[in-house]
Amino acid sequence: MSEDKKTLFIDGVEVEFTDEPNILEVIRKAGLNVPTFCYRPDLTQFGACRMCVVEVEYPNGRVMVNSSCTMPPEAGINVKINSKRVRKIRKTVLELLLANHDKECTTCDKSGACELQKYAEEYGIKDIRFPSKEKEEYLPIDNSNPSIVRDPNKCILCGACVRACSEFQGHSVLGFANRGSATVVQPMAGKSLSDVDCVFCGQCQAVCPTGALTVKNNVDQVWDEINNPDKKVVVQMAPSVRVGLGEAFGIEVGSNVIGKLNAALRKIGFDFVFDTNFSADLTIMEEATEFLDRLNNKKTLPLFTSCCPAWIRYMETQHPDMLGHLSSCKSPQGMLSAVLKELVPEKFEGVTKDNLVVVSIMPCTAKKYEANRSQLTKDGKAETDYVLTTKEIAQMIKSAGIDFASLKEEQNDSPFGKYTGAATIFGASGGVAEAAVRTAYEVVTGEKLNDVDFKVLRGVDKNSRTKDAEVDIKGTKVRVRVVSTLKEAEKSIQEIKAGKADFHILEVMACPGGCINGAGQPASCNNSKIKEVRAEGLYKEDRELDLRKSHENPDVKKLYDEYLEKPNSHKAHELLHTVYADMFANGYKDLK
Amino acid sequence: MTTQSPEKFDFGKVDKIMEECGADKSHLIAILQNVQKEFTYLPIDVMTYIGTKIEGLSPATVYGVATFYAQFSLEPKGKYQIKCCDGTACHVRGSMPVMNAIKAKLKFAEGKMRTEDGMFSLETVSCLGACGLAPVMVINEKVYPQMTSDAVKIVLDEIIAQEGGK
Repeated sequence: MSEDKKTLFIDGVEVEFTDEPNILEVIRKAGLNVPTFCYRPDLTQFGACRMCVVEVEYPNGRVMVNSSCTMPPEAGINVKINSKRVRKIRKTVLELLLANHDKECTTCDKSGACELQKYAEEYGIKDIRFPSKEKEEYLPIDNSNPSIVRDPNKCILCGACVRACSEFQGHSVLGFANRGSATVVQPMAGKSLSDVDCVFCGQCQAVCPTGALTVKNNVDQVWDEINNPDKKVVVQMAPSVRVGLGEAFGIEVGSNVIGKLNAALRKIGFDFVFDTNFSADLTIMEEATEFLDRLNNKKTLPLFTSCCPAWIRYMETQHPDMLGHLSSCKSPQGMLSAVLKELVPEKFEGVTKDNLVVVSIMPCTAKKYEANRSQLTKDGKAETDYVLTTKEIAQMIKSAGIDFASLKEEQNDSPFGKYTGAATIFGASGGVAEAAVRTAYEVVTGEKLNDVDFKVLRGVDKNSRTKDAEVDIKGTKVRVRVVSTLKEAEKSIQEIKAGKADFHILEVMACPGGCINGAGQPASCNNSKIKEVRAEGLYKEDRELDLRKSHENPDVKKLYDEYLEKPNSHKAHELLHTVYADMFANGYKDLK
Repeated sequence: MTTQSPEKFDFGKVDKIMEECGADKSHLIAILQNVQKEFTYLPIDVMTYIGTKIEGLSPATVYGVATFYAQFSLEPKGKYQIKCCDGTACHVRGSMPVMNAIKAKLKFAEGKMRTEDGMFSLETVSCLGACGLAPVMVINEKVYPQMTSDAVKIVLDEIIAQEGGK
């Protein structure tokens, strides 16, 4: 279909189009833009906000105004994107939305990244003809969970979050309620997000054009710890952060900024800078060993990966009968925090168990929830003290007055900083499985794996949300299933329940494309290509590293030699493994 | 982890309704109508139950449908459900004084349309198709034609006396 090129006109200029789903995509491909709130390329078209209206002139002289996101392109039409008529409509829409909106922009967490604010500025809205909502009519803010804040007074009812929840996670925790001017977007019966089965993946927040859904901000607490001379603050960052953070500073999408980030974190005042990639390698050692044990001793299979906290919560709330499938490994964040709390006081002078603060930088909102899990505490204290998202660390760097782009690259601190290529690809959907296969192959066969690229497991676009691969490990065929989004994961679970599943490993990441597209990353919801470029950034680093298999990581080897003995040892279990809870029991157990 | 309210409902009845209507998301409205017939209203827990059980639905979606249509009530109704017509014909023939008389007689609490003892509930409907009898009031399927504020008192007093009440 893509070969037969047709043309239409945008403001009289001839433009080619092929298989674009709507006029809006043709406009954007031509390097132009019309404003949108509800349109997200990875979600279904909704046509709710009416901001993308254009005037279409047909060859027969008929003229009509319609939303460009819902109109398929037609050959020969002339699309006027800035006519007096459509600009007037857009301005009226903006005025109506702003009349109903809590306009406290300066104290809003989305300020600067808010699309309503942006278009109000671009369209020069200075005077709103309609009466504004009274403060007394404001609805309560939901601040009940550690990850996401929901402020219904900033909602413009574009429905992007409702679609993200249903189309990515198959979950529909958020829905429209009531009718007409009383319409709101909320969880069931206006409950708080922590009282319903929300997994805190935050994709609702990632597609929200305004401050109605925001990440819970922990920047102030981290600054307080850094400025407290009695505390030693150490920091770790996830693989995806290094290819997402640059965007916040105008650096090319997908660039690996880990060296600059190390430098910036030291400038801010973190005492030691480690890397979650180190514990990603550790995770592979533990998880691959656990998998081989399950495979050889005919224990519960398929093995589910346990890196994604949204996925863990999904299992605990929706399928507690299948918790035995989950790997008992903590996530890389959980592993490194546990190791740091245990060993940093031993290795570094001046650091004690009481003055050590562990901060992690994640592309993820659910990690904030994970850090609060009772299973990940020691002596009543959380192992990870604070979780910042990529967006929050960008805010910290900016407020510290650091010119990020011009920083000189620095190395991280030893001995919890070294990593292999296998760790860095954790950030893309399929990466954990690929890393596990690289190690499992060499451990089982004792032979060197020359071609480490398992290309079938790669791909983060819309059509690669379920990937299957088969690896021959000395006659044993290991089948790997990789899924991203919980909607796809649910299909695999139903296959297992129906006895139709034939795979041994199930890797699940709740965000479409994996952590690189996590909800804590800078906004990417208007361009579905960004996640592919970020993933390529990770695979590029993998290619360029000398060591590309987790078991080759010298620091990991040293940790086992000096402290943990061997993977899945008693000590490793104490420090690196966890248990899961049946969260169904608190709610509707009798319902299913 | 959806939290459950302490009130318990007979979910067996809900199961039976879902079976009769077909446990499919396209039959949601029929299911809700039958649930409302059974419980006089749509309890939050029952909606959560339906949203959890039927594939493709969620509690939030069911709640969205229930709050969209005026025919569904999220508040329990009384033993005697009064429907007062405020269609055009009834309105011009004086349905407002009738309604005010009902409210005055039954002393609803602020913002409530049901008496505290659960005996009466009141709702306004738009046209019952009996415009020749305007203004019309219906109590549990029984039609009371050509109502006046005085007639309301007589009718309600009769019911209260039947119930042996105040």
